[in-house]
Amino acid sequence: MSDKKKELKPNTYKFDTLSLHAGYQPHKNAGSRQVPIYQTTSYLFDDVDHAAALFNLERGGHIYSRISNPTVGVLEERVASLEGGTAALATSSGMSAIFLAVMTLCEAGDHLVVSSQLYGGTVNLFRLTLPKFGIKCTFVKPRDTEGFKKAIQKNTKGIFGELVGNPGNEIMNMPEISKIAHEAGIPLMVDATYQTPYLCKPFEHGADIVIHSLTKWMAGHGSSMAGILVEGGKFDWMQNDKFPTMTKPYEGYHGLSFAEEFGPTAFTMKARAEGMRDFGPCLSPQNAWNVLQGIETLSVRMKKHCSNAEDMVKYLMNHESVAWVSHPSVPDHPDHELAKKLLPNGRGSMIAFGIKGGKEAGVAFINNVKLASHLANVGDTRTLVIHPASGTHSQMDEATLKFAGLSHDMIRLSVGIEDIEDIKNDFEVGFRAARKPRLVSNQ
Amino acid sequence: MKFKVNNNEVYASTGGRPFDKKKPLIIFVHGSGLTHMTWVLQTRYFAFHGYNALAIDLPGHGLSGGESLKSIEEMADWVAAVIDAVGHKEASLVGHSQGCLVTVECTARYPNKIKTLSLMGGAGAIPMNPQLLSLAESNDPKAVDLMMDWAHGPAGHFGGHPVPGLYHINTGTMLAKSRTIQNTLGVDFRACDNYKNGFEAAKKVKCPTLSILATDDKMCPVKEGKKLASLIEGSQVDIIDNCGHMMLLEEADRVLTVLKKFITTNYPPLSS
Ligand SMILES: Cc1ncc(COP(=O)(O)O)c(C=O)c1O
Repeated sequence: MSDKKKELKPNTYKFDTLSLHAGYQPHKNAGSRQVPIYQTTSYLFDDVDHAAALFNLERGGHIYSRISNPTVGVLEERVASLEGGTAALATSSGMSAIFLAVMTLCEAGDHLVVSSQLYGGTVNLFRLTLPKFGIKCTFVKPRDTEGFKKAIQKNTKGIFGELVGNPGNEIMNMPEISKIAHEAGIPLMVDATYQTPYLCKPFEHGADIVIHSLTKWMAGHGSSMAGILVEGGKFDWMQNDKFPTMTKPYEGYHGLSFAEEFGPTAFTMKARAEGMRDFGPCLSPQNAWNVLQGIETLSVRMKKHCSNAEDMVKYLMNHESVAWVSHPSVPDHPDHELAKKLLPNGRGSMIAFGIKGGKEAGVAFINNVKLASHLANVGDTRTLVIHPASGTHSQMDEATLKFAGLSHDMIRLSVGIEDIEDIKNDFEVGFRAARKPRLVSNQ
Repeated sequence: MKFKVNNNEVYASTGGRPFDKKKPLIIFVHGSGLTHMTWVLQTRYFAFHGYNALAIDLPGHGLSGGESLKSIEEMADWVAAVIDAVGHKEASLVGHSQGCLVTVECTARYPNKIKTLSLMGGAGAIPMNPQLLSLAESNDPKAVDLMMDWAHGPAGHFGGHPVPGLYHINTGTMLAKSRTIQNTLGVDFRACDNYKNGFEAAKKVKCPTLSILATDDKMCPVKEGKKLASLIEGSQVDIIDNCGHMMLLEEADRVLTVLKKFITTNYPPLSS
């Protein structure tokens, strides 16, 4: 430590290196270069003392794969490192990660303030299922920053939202909303599935808990279900008396106070010790490995996803069959400037567009594209399309569709990393059919 | 638990067991700018096995009140005052990094109070890189980033935390940033840099002593740790391969195994 002249620079590993290496030490795994798949339910104790030590959290280590598993652990550390978080807990799906985050934070009688532009499954969880557990939510439009403040009640335990709302591409002003949360002494939880840490690291903008459906771009290949919650480590649970299960001796774990004992990793420790133990949505080691494979190429894929998406935006905006295009890269998108600030590496690969000719045209388009896959997923390496008005939301009338941020003419597109010319050629086939909808639907 | 020393509130983790006056006392002293949380993979074991394991937050650090103490000598007196404040006559001390300077000085000053001394990543002196010192004193977060870089060995840089799901470097960073950097790290680094009495103090240590050193420790290299140990009569040395300065987390199990053997042999627990 004596080099006086040169300016000192920390040499911790950077994003692309962490994507490949973080969380794994080959020398402790028989020198295996790839992360081994620990396909096991349970782990030998050295002796009774060792067993007791593991159960009492005296030592780190694995007991039973519902609680933790070495392969899953590598994934957890890797995502924590990429997000700039202190700790992470992987789950069997994105939905279980959201559920676990809420159940770690809240109890019956509590309240959450929630963005209204969310993945449909998440809306159902907050609107219909959580009230069954005595947890109520107030929905606020993502652009209504002041609305988040007004909706906070005495029993509010957190704010939850997707950074870029689904499917309208409305962006939450995360830096401002995090200030509102912190003034109220509550954490901000952000579902950043659509961004991945390559596009945005929410902790840098004030989020406290980040959630991903790893099923999407992180795993990236449409092969495996997985989710994760990541902790920023900055939120002070002891600043008020809103979070007794974090700060007071917890009966369910030998009188442990998670906040006192684990500070910047308290939330993850509680989510694992309580949530994984009692709810059990554990990720399989094979799926964890599949996700790790995906993360190895996260930067490379996201670059291509985003450049293809921007090409598609231009193509669609100039297309005679397209009525409108929604993507944060479009200059007249209401959040264009905010997107530049929060998503400097690219604005993501989710596009919504309106097809001229309304619902019938939408149906014809979807039924005629061949390369683009018609299915209920996003964030695959392959291009995906869906027409919500005729598929997922077909029971809704015009007014209900509008409330959900949808319309009859809307097509949702998750741009893949195929050759861009092939995607456009495929869309031409779809558009041609859409211009003659009756002919096609009579075939 | 919370108690008072010199009218300031002190926080100490008891490792998940209530404090019990009948049990022998071990005090864990953290390194520069850090807190009691660095000891979580050692304290809980001792707390569940017949000891009072107190991982203290130094004044102005973690959950403790007051201002940070400005010299190693003051910290040494303060640790001795902690023993009195919790109603004990004697204790075993465990220190990490700056905590080694503090515990060696404390043992030299209060030979009758200290029963065993365990040093992790210790040295007789910890002169600071002037740039790092000035960054910390000017509240620059880069000081923390540099410290986290140097404090973790090559293996720790990749991760592999013993507690599933935790990531070393970011956890350490958040601990070091939990209070104002210049008031914790800045004051601590200056105290380390100013402290010159380590080798003299070491010669006065007569209790059983253990030094745990790590081959990839850049902050207190093995050579420095050995030099300190060589001045302490009968000192044991344990060297961990493939590990950096944060051995108490990077190789928590190994550290606990060595520490457990040393402390239970030389300062037995209250048998239940
Ligand atoms: C933004 C967002 N969050 C969460 C989920 C739920 O994730 P999973 O399907 O992995 O349970 C999805 C799924 O589509 C999503 O798009």
